[in-house]
Amino acid sequence: MDKGKIEKIIEKYPRDPSSLIQVLIHIQSEIRWLPKEALNMVSQKLDVPMNRIQHIITFYKAFSVVPKGRHEVHVCTGTACHVRGATRVLDAVEERTGIEPGETDQDLKFSLDTVSCVGCCALGPVVVIDGEYHGNMAPAKTEDVLKNYE
Amino acid sequence: MPRINSPAELEEFRKDIISKRDPNKPCIAVCTGTGCLALGAGKVVAALKEEIEKQGLNTEVVDTRETGCPGFCERGPIVVIYPEEICYLQVQPDDAAEIISQTIVSKKVIERLLYVDPSNDETIARESEIPFYKNQMRHLIGNNIKIDPKSIEDYLAVGGYSALVKALIEETPEQVVQLVKDSNLRGRGGAGFPAGIKWGFAAAGKEKKKYVVVNADEGDPGAFMDRALLEGNPFGVLEGLTIGGYAIGASEGYLYVRQEYPLAVENVTLAIKQAEEYGLIGKNILGSGFDFKVTVHRGAGAFVCGEETALLASLEGKPGEPKARPPFPAVKGLFGKPTNINNVETWSNIPLILKNGPEYISSIGTENSKGTKIFSLVGKVTNTGLVEVPMGISLRDIIFKIGGGVPGGKKFKAVQTGGPSGGCIPEEHLDIKVDFDELAKVGAIMGSGGMIVMDEDTCMIDVSKYFLNFLSGESCGKCSPCREGITHMLSIITRISEGKGREGDIEFLEEIAISTKNASLCALGGSAPNPVLSTIRYFRDEYEAHIRDKRCSAFVCKDLIAYHIDPEKCKACMICSRKCPADAIDGAKKQIHVIVQEKCTKCGTCYEVCPSGFGAVTRLSGEPVPAPIPEEERTIVGKSK
Repeated sequence: MDKGKIEKIIEKYPRDPSSLIQVLIHIQSEIRWLPKEALNMVSQKLDVPMNRIQHIITFYKAFSVVPKGRHEVHVCTGTACHVRGATRVLDAVEERTGIEPGETDQDLKFSLDTVSCVGCCALGPVVVIDGEYHGNMAPAKTEDVLKNYE
Repeated sequence: MPRINSPAELEEFRKDIISKRDPNKPCIAVCTGTGCLALGAGKVVAALKEEIEKQGLNTEVVDTRETGCPGFCERGPIVVIYPEEICYLQVQPDDAAEIISQTIVSKKVIERLLYVDPSNDETIARESEIPFYKNQMRHLIGNNIKIDPKSIEDYLAVGGYSALVKALIEETPEQVVQLVKDSNLRGRGGAGFPAGIKWGFAAAGKEKKKYVVVNADEGDPGAFMDRALLEGNPFGVLEGLTIGGYAIGASEGYLYVRQEYPLAVENVTLAIKQAEEYGLIGKNILGSGFDFKVTVHRGAGAFVCGEETALLASLEGKPGEPKARPPFPAVKGLFGKPTNINNVETWSNIPLILKNGPEYISSIGTENSKGTKIFSLVGKVTNTGLVEVPMGISLRDIIFKIGGGVPGGKKFKAVQTGGPSGGCIPEEHLDIKVDFDELAKVGAIMGSGGMIVMDEDTCMIDVSKYFLNFLSGESCGKCSPCREGITHMLSIITRISEGKGREGDIEFLEEIAISTKNASLCALGGSAPNPVLSTIRYFRDEYEAHIRDKRCSAFVCKDLIAYHIDPEKCKACMICSRKCPADAIDGAKKQIHVIVQEKCTKCGTCYEVCPSGFGAVTRLSGEPVPAPIPEEERTIVGKSK
């Protein structure tokens, strides 16, 4: 872990406990998980006890305390996608990747998560991979989409 | 650009911007909201710019503008060409050359890119004449296609910030609060509390430090109007917020934006920066002596943070757990100070009230619900997108006149409004007037404006299960009625969906639902039983069919359905057996295919891929699967093509 990088992120925010969530979001989006050393630094710099940090990172969905895979797969399970068959798409993605939502495979290739609406309901069911949107998904299409990611 | 120091300077600057713009100069506006971007709008913009250069044109002759979402997501990427307002739909990068050479240079309309009216097969060129738009009243969202959300000058050119001038110069803070009261605007976040009265409470606080907050934690799945406003017209929200700050005496404002909306965060952050540079946020705004600072705070993924006390806790860097009210945020809110918190759409209405007078809102709508409301019309509907309509319009008009009805010749079953706190409304109530009170009467709520259309392929037990599952994951767990009530309702519904339902389950569900509703601490738990209660109210027969006959008529509940290949219709084409992800189809060339039920995961792929001419794959529920055809009869003889 690059300590200097974490330090720089923390310095961008007011040194106050109220900055906690914003700092954690920033670290998560930069290095895509929250290593223990990083949390220790946040705890010291913002003067927030570790148990409060643990409370925050388990309360909010955005945080991960394990490294994420190279490709982050988000299956939208918002209501519009749901009524258009998102569950079956999710099943197919689980089948193909061998992991369930919240998990990362052993090769660190895919991380799978669900998201409740990305707001592209016209395209539903939607699967977002590394920020790229794949619309009108169907179980039969998942193979074709996932094989493009190495 | 130097800072603007007075209303006179602002007006001069506005005149200057407008005078430099030729209203007859062609401008190509491309929607680059999240929906159109996902459909490739970014590539369309790049192709258009390349073509402009290639065909020897430049910005002297034609402008391009990347805008926010005008609402017709179904037909994106959307391109509108000014001054004629020609609307092209589903535009691809390959169309760019033709658009430039034909429409821009030769002033010809490209027929194949226009909207075709399904009723008479005629094409419609003008955006405002397309039925989807024609039947709306687009006060809030209408500007989206006219401005680049990254340009404060565009906003000023359409009259932006004249409402703030009016508030700061002509009105006292008390008068501004009164104007909002007079407009009868009710909060658009869900509960529908009168905005002016809420403002009045916070304004009455004697403390020196106060806050105003924009709730942009749009968490209802299937609702994205707040995102469209923030992405497409962030200045409108900021102007409303600044007016609010002035009215209640707050010098600081916060925007709490949902994490899943990166583009909204980007656009609003840039808008704040521009407004600061122009002196429209900051110290001594327009020489009025009013100071105002705005900060963007990103949510970290928790539905409950849409609840105002949870949101304020999250702003303070704490877990988003709701608190008991009173004290209300207007008395003791952010950091213990009086705070006024409103939803994005509510804030967007404020400049309209100041600019056009409170009648602009109060003259539209029903007795107790005034103004327009944006709905996100999604699910099984032909024209998916955002629609802004006057309060009091009927559900039928929204779904059929604007939305174009249910696609694929399917039958309408219900419309779900109000997200996880709302309810399902069946066909028999489609003629009710859409307003806060009428929706509540039929067991649903207005909510933030999600409107999910469901057809015959939607199982109402599955819908209930879906919302309970969502809410069980999002309940913060602080109070037991919500935490336990949702969990137990979910376990009963799950049991029913798995074919293990028992007599008395429906009554048991109703009992838990009512306890949860009455005893929960915040609105999340208080409204969580609505999806269950409303589906039981209107679709009790579906619950009974699941419990007694183990039948799911929509073919959704996996444990109650089976797929079967009709040996009479199967042409042994191998498509389904190749596509089956579970390897559950036994078959070869000229061998009638058979689904091995033990291996089948019921994903439905075979049903989808079986050529429609054959239609050999059938779905069964509540009846036994026919025994597989005997091995010796499986060979197809003399039927090869």
